[in-house]
Amino acid sequence: MMFRRFLIAWFVIASAPAGAQQLVAAASEIAFTSKQMGVPVDGKFRKFDAQIGFDPKKPEAAKIGLTIDLASVSLGAAESDAEIVKADWFDTAKFPQATFQSTAVKAAGPAKYEMTGKLTIKGTTQNVVVPFALTQAGANTTATGAFVIKRLDFRIGDGDWKDTSMVANDVQVKFKLALTGIGAL
Amino acid sequence: MSGAGVDRYSHSAIALHWLLAIAIAISFSVGLYMSDLPLSPLRLKLFNWHKWAGITILTFSAVRLMWRLLRRPPPAAAMPAWQQVAAHRLHQALYVLFFAVPLAGWTYSSAAGFPVVVFGVLPLPDLVAPDKALAAVLKPLHKYLAYTLALLVAGHIGAALKHHFIDRDRLLARMWPGRT
Repeated sequence: MMFRRFLIAWFVIASAPAGAQQLVAAASEIAFTSKQMGVPVDGKFRKFDAQIGFDPKKPEAAKIGLTIDLASVSLGAAESDAEIVKADWFDTAKFPQATFQSTAVKAAGPAKYEMTGKLTIKGTTQNVVVPFALTQAGANTTATGAFVIKRLDFRIGDGDWKDTSMVANDVQVKFKLALTGIGAL
Repeated sequence: MSGAGVDRYSHSAIALHWLLAIAIAISFSVGLYMSDLPLSPLRLKLFNWHKWAGITILTFSAVRLMWRLLRRPPPAAAMPAWQQVAAHRLHQALYVLFFAVPLAGWTYSSAAGFPVVVFGVLPLPDLVAPDKALAAVLKPLHKYLAYTLALLVAGHIGAALKHHFIDRDRLLARMWPGRT
């Protein structure tokens, strides 16, 4: 037992990339756009964190995790912010966080990658495909990407709000993650 | 009066007048009702319908103004000069508000961060960038301009009724739809 635990510990340390890989939250953005009767409404999250294990030369070995504090959402209007945390929407009292965990990452072109993973919001987990691109400036790496989720898959906008002619099912998610400690492209 | 068709507004002018009268009455009532509603699908619907109606009013008012400038209206019924002047000034003020009220609403919507998408399909440009402080000024501006319009419309209707029932002249027949 001891030996096995030691082995696992050794393996974890050995497989961790050199230098701590960290998210610079203050320079990062996770935003989304939904459509209300054709009108684009932008929102963003103020609080989130990422656990990154990524080597641009070995994307297959990547492990990327993301945790979003759903109550940190902002839609730019006080009454919308008060509404979206309620049970019909994010239900932050019961489900304070959304999480993402990558299952596979592969190269999709120069500095471009395609990540598959499990997105969990409001207790529902769905597989999502997230394309992203990397740019580097000195020690800083920026990952940008966008993907679309269907809000009703996660029961976001339940009850009276299910009608997709009012609030479209498709929600565009955009992110810009500032990272340090990522190896050169 | 014989030959009533001669001193009437054109069919287009009459159609535009009544179309806009109905659109403005509905839009004003919806605006009055919706502003205090809590956030709900109904409120969202009414806000969008109100905006679509406002843009429709703006568009048809532009057509109407051109029509009014290109075609002379029929002569008014005989009345004292001050009444002629008052009627003319009132009409001018109404036309100004046909544009000012929807434009203030559109600008308010832009400032509040909600672009106007006509009938859910035609996105209009934002007149100003999102700005909460500006939105807080434009909201009451839109409201009081609309109240002013309602007041002037009441005066307009009152004057028309006075001509019809007290003066018993043919003024209202100039704008009455159908044959007279």
